[in-house]
Amino acid sequence: MTNVIEIKNLSKSFGSHEVLRDVNFSVKKGEVVCLIGSSGSGKSTLLRCVNLLETPSGGNIIYNGENILDSKHNVEQYRTHLGMVFQQFNLFNNLNVIDNCTVGQQKVLKRSKAEAIEKAMKYLEVVGMAQYKNAKPRQLSGGQKQRVAIARALAMDPDVMLFDEPTSALDPEMVGEVLKVMRMLASQGNTMLIVTHEMEFAREVADRIVFMDKGVIVEEGHPDQVLVNPQHERTKEFLKRTLKS
Amino acid sequence: MNLETIISILQNSWPMFLRGAYMTLAIAVISTIIGAFIGFFIGIMHTIPMKSLSLKTVLLKIGNFLLTCYVEIFRGTPMIVQAMVVFYGLYAYGIELNRFVAALVVVGLNTGAYMAEIVRGGIVSVDKGQYEAAQAIGMNHVQTMIYVVLPQVARNILPATGNQLIMNIKDSAVLSVISVAELFFQTKSVGGANFKYAESFLIASIMYLIMTFTATRLLRVMERRLDGPNAYKVDKESEGQIQ
Ligand SMILES: Nc1ncnc2c1ncn2[C@@H]1O[C@H](COP(=O)(O)OP(=O)(O)O)[C@@H](O)[C@H]1O
Ligand SMILES: [Mg+2]
Repeated sequence: MTNVIEIKNLSKSFGSHEVLRDVNFSVKKGEVVCLIGSSGSGKSTLLRCVNLLETPSGGNIIYNGENILDSKHNVEQYRTHLGMVFQQFNLFNNLNVIDNCTVGQQKVLKRSKAEAIEKAMKYLEVVGMAQYKNAKPRQLSGGQKQRVAIARALAMDPDVMLFDEPTSALDPEMVGEVLKVMRMLASQGNTMLIVTHEMEFAREVADRIVFMDKGVIVEEGHPDQVLVNPQHERTKEFLKRTLKS
Repeated sequence: MNLETIISILQNSWPMFLRGAYMTLAIAVISTIIGAFIGFFIGIMHTIPMKSLSLKTVLLKIGNFLLTCYVEIFRGTPMIVQAMVVFYGLYAYGIELNRFVAALVVVGLNTGAYMAEIVRGGIVSVDKGQYEAAQAIGMNHVQTMIYVVLPQVARNILPATGNQLIMNIKDSAVLSVISVAELFFQTKSVGGANFKYAESFLIASIMYLIMTFTATRLLRVMERRLDGPNAYKVDKESEGQIQ
């Protein structure tokens, strides 16, 4: 299968602080990749580099065979192909649920209002939030907000969905409803790159697990290999620490 | 001071009071709107991200410097002095401004200087995550501002804008120095004719109070309108659980 995204020799520094060092990996079409690693290891930075919310200090990002760090490349257009789900949801506070899911379609993709609404409702139904279409973000629980955020991203028909710890800001009883939606998306063949601390979930949905530590990829492979039979000392330590808590 | 005197002043001079109040209100409302536009313009200019050094960013820096000068000058001098400088200054150059227009210019520019800071603060205080989410779905800076950031700023600065309106209702009294026929000026004329200054200005103060109080209430209503209903309607037709 073809690579949708290919990261080559990616590095990122904030001032003199080197956060990512020579990162290489790729995501194939239809693949679900889970990115794990301890806090501060650079997972968010990597994800944010992929959709250029952070500008990489070095390396290449190849999307469908094109180098998007090429100065000629249109960043906004590239981003419409990636759906991003944030830890803090980041729903547009001024818009209700349905408008959150249509504004990008109408203003960026230039879809008609009717088409945008139809698409939005379709995905709001998928995440089980259609009945709340008139609610404002502040009237929703964390889990509901995150499901709307997922629908907002899906409505743009992205090639890849990026998730940055989508359940970390949720109360424990709401984690399940979001993971349920993500499981379903994974089973439907969506291409997903997920940063998560939910090991059980990662093992279940991931085609591949990537373990990061201190800005480098230490180990990657099938979940059964990386999670059950890790090869590297640092992976073993991390798993011992996370599985204990 | 007694009630009879007040009533007789009102009977004789109510049209002057009313015209004065009308003028005061017109100046306050229109210049607050002008000021809000100026404030948004400057606030937006001051928050345009400057990534690379180019001719555009150099021009932007020069423009922003000039705008900052304007803000400092109008915030750092009394409005009564600004009124004199604008009106007589232009007069010296042979430009005789209509007094009402002069009033709008002075109060509008004054309000704009204050609103610039209010809007800038409002833009900066919008959560970084809102910008990132907008960028992540492919919006450029202008789209992000128009569809996501500025609507939130407008809502957040509404109380401060209301404050400006109330200040303008009161402070427009200083425009009497350039003979704008607002409420203070009219009251002075009434008092000068009947020699009952105390009673006349008591009437004026009650009229000011009615205007400011009404403005406060109306703004509250507007805020609540903008926030929408507290509860949302669950749409029964599309009710469904996660499939
Ligand atoms: N904007 C930034 N400026 C400076 N340092 C940053 C910035 N963002 C992240 N970092 C640093 O980069 C490192 C990795 O952060 P992050 O990617 O958020 O890790 P993770 O998501 O794995 O917890 C941390 O040491 C963090 O302090
Ligand atoms: Mg993180």
